[in-house]
Amino acid sequence: MSLMTPDGGLLFWMTIIFLIVFFILAKFGFPVITGMVEKRRDKIANAMKLAQEAEDKFAHLAVEQDKLIQKTQEEREKMLSEAAAMREELIAKASEEAQAEAKKIMENASKAIQAEKEEAMRELRQEVVTFSMEVAEKILKKELSDPEASKAFIGKTLEDVSKLEKRN
Amino acid sequence: MNRMKIMTVLLAAVMLLAKPCGAAAAEVAPATGTDTAAVAEEKAVDISGMIFDHIGDAYEWHLWTTASGKHITIPLPVIVHSSTTGWHCFMSSDFHHGPVDGLFIAPEGQPNEGKIVELQADGSITKPFDISLTKNVVALMVSSLLLIFLILKTASWYRRHDPEKETPTGIAAVMEPFIMMVNDSIIKESVGPEYKKYSPFLLTIFFFIFLNNLMGLVPFFPGGANVTGNIAVTMVLALCTFIAVNVFGNRHYWKEILWPDVPVWLKFPIPIMQAIELFGIFTKPFSLMVRLFANILAGHAMILGLVSVIFITAKLGPVINGSMTLVTMLFGVFMNCLELLVAFIQAYVFTMLSSVFIGMSRPKEE
Repeated sequence: MSLMTPDGGLLFWMTIIFLIVFFILAKFGFPVITGMVEKRRDKIANAMKLAQEAEDKFAHLAVEQDKLIQKTQEEREKMLSEAAAMREELIAKASEEAQAEAKKIMENASKAIQAEKEEAMRELRQEVVTFSMEVAEKILKKELSDPEASKAFIGKTLEDVSKLEKRN
Repeated sequence: MNRMKIMTVLLAAVMLLAKPCGAAAAEVAPATGTDTAAVAEEKAVDISGMIFDHIGDAYEWHLWTTASGKHITIPLPVIVHSSTTGWHCFMSSDFHHGPVDGLFIAPEGQPNEGKIVELQADGSITKPFDISLTKNVVALMVSSLLLIFLILKTASWYRRHDPEKETPTGIAAVMEPFIMMVNDSIIKESVGPEYKKYSPFLLTIFFFIFLNNLMGLVPFFPGGANVTGNIAVTMVLALCTFIAVNVFGNRHYWKEILWPDVPVWLKFPIPIMQAIELFGIFTKPFSLMVRLFANILAGHAMILGLVSVIFITAKLGPVINGSMTLVTMLFGVFMNCLELLVAFIQAYVFTMLSSVFIGMSRPKEE
């Protein structure tokens, strides 16, 4: 049966045609296409890997960022509380100093007043003494011959008087 | 796992091979119908002749026959070398005026029926060396040019564009998934780690068979020729696989054949296993050859047989003819869809089995 016996002419042409097609396609056709697609696949795989890495890195970064924010907040709170403490201290110290200064000024003032007062008292006393002496001299000029003795006597009398006054 | 896969492949191969038997039966039916019609009618429709004309090779490309019985054909060049008169080159239409230089197409019933034969001076008839561009050769050329155009056009897209930055457009968008499907799911899976070396060959095999199968299903010029259903064509394809397997097989492959891992009495002193293995070397490509040939031939014959039913029933009255035409049309649509599937499956199976054989010819060191 002719269908089952291969025809020589067709075998000849088929061999030539197939070999030509094969060489053309194997040289300029399929390797170009498959090569390029493989290249693209590699690139996509690579890009996906990079994306995964970036995602991981990003997640890591976010954690780090959170940590940093927390740390900063803590620091800020610490700084704020420190500042508050320092302010309190400063105020306390300042007021203390001010009080001390005020006390000192007051003490000085009272000392000065005391001294003034004593001075005034002494002057007054002196004045009184002198005045009394003059009075007594004028009085005693007539009665006492010894002015020194009369002066002591009058002084003592005046002291008694002033003691009496102080008691009052 | 791998053994399991091979078993599945072989089982599928057997089932695919079983299909032509049914086809042969279908082919007989219209033929006997012709005989009864020939008895009943004066001018019977020669269905068997028509089918064999369509699935066989010819020196001219028959396009159609007019109502008046005139055949519209494309004459094809005849290239013949006679041992006595040398080269002859002319168009096949010259045969319409009788023998050319003693060359003529052998009539029915004679040896070399349908082939060009030469009447020698002593009255004997010899067959000259015949490399005419027959219908199948021209169909092969047309589909090969189409294939080269398709693939090179796709390849040129990749040359002109940067595939790392752009997605394929136009023809490349159609061909890329197809090519990569064959490359990844057939070739890479079956050949193994060294698939890159064989990939261009196997891809060529796949697309060559697939395109020729599809062209065979196109009912008008330049399709319709029964190219992959011709045993010479499938023989060359199978031979290429045979070469790819046996010439490029590594030494472990040959060791498996010449000194397989079986009890010694099976291979020495009587080399039973070697004989079986050597026989297997030839049966593998032979099965490839016959499977593709028989499947495509059967497909063509079945569709032609179905269409013939319309012409057989033409003489049986308008009611029978009309209803049979409807039935035939429905079956024809079904068959064509089936053949589209078969066109793909056969290309797939041929490529996959070739890949498996190649993969087996390059076993890894154990």
